[in-house]
Amino acid sequence: MRDTGGLRLVRSILAGERPNLVRFASLAVTLAVWEWYGRSVDPVFMSYPSAIVAAVPALLSTGELQTAFLASMHSLTIGLGLAIVLGTLTGLLMGRYRLVDQLLDIQISALYSTPNVALIPVIILWFGLGLLSKIVIIFLAAFFPIIVNTYSGVRNISRGHVEVALAEGASEAQIFTKIVVPASLPFITTGIRLAVGRAVVGMVVAEMFTAVVGLGGAIVAYGNAFATDKLFVVIILLAVLGVALTELIRFLERRLAPWKETERAD
Amino acid sequence: MLEIAHLTKVYPASHGASGRIHVLDDIGLRVPANQFVCLLGASGCGKTTLLRIVAGLTEADSGSITIQGRTVRGPGNDRSLVFQNYGLLPWRSVLGNVEFGLEVRGMGRRERREISRDYIRRVGLAGFEHHYPHQISGGMQQRVALARAFSKDPKILLMDEPFAAVDMQTRERLQDELLQIWTTMQTTVLFVTHSIEEAIYLGDRVVVMTPRPGRISADVLTGLPRPRSEVDVKSLPRFDELRHAIRQALRHEVDVVTANA
Repeated sequence: MRDTGGLRLVRSILAGERPNLVRFASLAVTLAVWEWYGRSVDPVFMSYPSAIVAAVPALLSTGELQTAFLASMHSLTIGLGLAIVLGTLTGLLMGRYRLVDQLLDIQISALYSTPNVALIPVIILWFGLGLLSKIVIIFLAAFFPIIVNTYSGVRNISRGHVEVALAEGASEAQIFTKIVVPASLPFITTGIRLAVGRAVVGMVVAEMFTAVVGLGGAIVAYGNAFATDKLFVVIILLAVLGVALTELIRFLERRLAPWKETERAD
Repeated sequence: MLEIAHLTKVYPASHGASGRIHVLDDIGLRVPANQFVCLLGASGCGKTTLLRIVAGLTEADSGSITIQGRTVRGPGNDRSLVFQNYGLLPWRSVLGNVEFGLEVRGMGRRERREISRDYIRRVGLAGFEHHYPHQISGGMQQRVALARAFSKDPKILLMDEPFAAVDMQTRERLQDELLQIWTTMQTTVLFVTHSIEEAIYLGDRVVVMTPRPGRISADVLTGLPRPRSEVDVKSLPRFDELRHAIRQALRHEVDVVTANA
């Protein structure tokens, strides 16, 4: 009896039917190997899970982690917020009005294709080393994926939906607010989800290359001081931040565009 | 009463070909109030173009449309259009879809909600106000589209092949539902279809159109009894007669076109 039970468990694991068990076991093995190997390496080069966990209270009690986090959030919120508002607006106008598209498309493709990091020296020249530069860098990282996705959302609106409004005698303003905006919402949120990832990268890079503050600044400082355990705390915090923000957007996507899941399945 | 007179629409021929396509050539049609008219024809005969012109979505090159003596141009509240696949807006709930026309018209929130709820109840969807189109069946979606169409209290209901994309059984059920709701609302209906059986089953009158140039080639009063779901009209000899005659009218014209091509 016990043998067949064990056999059944192995079979169901191999068939991919026990996802949580497999994930948990895999994570536990990864952490165990890291711990075992990390302990045998000079702590200047490598830290290990238990040391990283142990470093957290020290960082919290001095308040340096909180300060860095809030500084990062400050520039991220402003930069990303501006990118969401202006990117969505620009994308909507470009998608709906051919003239706006013709006016902006070359510049936008050019800037979208330029690696952001390449612009940092110029941004520092123009905007200095302070908050403004960081906001600009984050903004540029997040702005374009939102425009591009919003634009294709508007271009993908079915002619039929616009005609429903036309048949009711809707004005252009009504078509814009009642059809164009809600119909492209799923694309807008996808753009925002991509933008969030890029904005976090932009934030860290900005904090490393301009005035050294925030989580990016903390990475530089702990790296220079060979405080590898603290360095890993910041890295893990950034990973958690990225996942949390992406999940938040996914949640908003489901709330704002509940019809889209089924439509995609068609 | 709807009166269509000397309606003409010409499109430039599609790329490569020279000349122009006479989609509608001097179309005239008088429809008394509350008549159910089916516009029947093969694709390209101009039936959908005619419907879109009456709806105000497409402009005619010449000719006129009058509704109860008033010439109409562009979309208006005296006409409601039900699209192929119903044209429901997926991001709006049942209530949001039904009130859409009234909202565009600028009616206040409370008033339009009240009217919309009333029509939702009349088509038998009470309790589904906050469902989204993807959460309800095809038949319920049709009822939402009808509730939206009727909420404006239109004089004329325009339907553009609403059942073109559904299977046979569903189609028959939807036809009966449509007739049942129409009986309680009473409006003039212009119903575009390419199915002979559907045209005869639904209509008081079948207007047959043929392409190049788009013309009315036959205009038949079916004279079948109502309600049609209860009387088994499809097994009446008259139904077969009509089917035969209309098929002849369609086939004859198709032959003429082939001969000219």
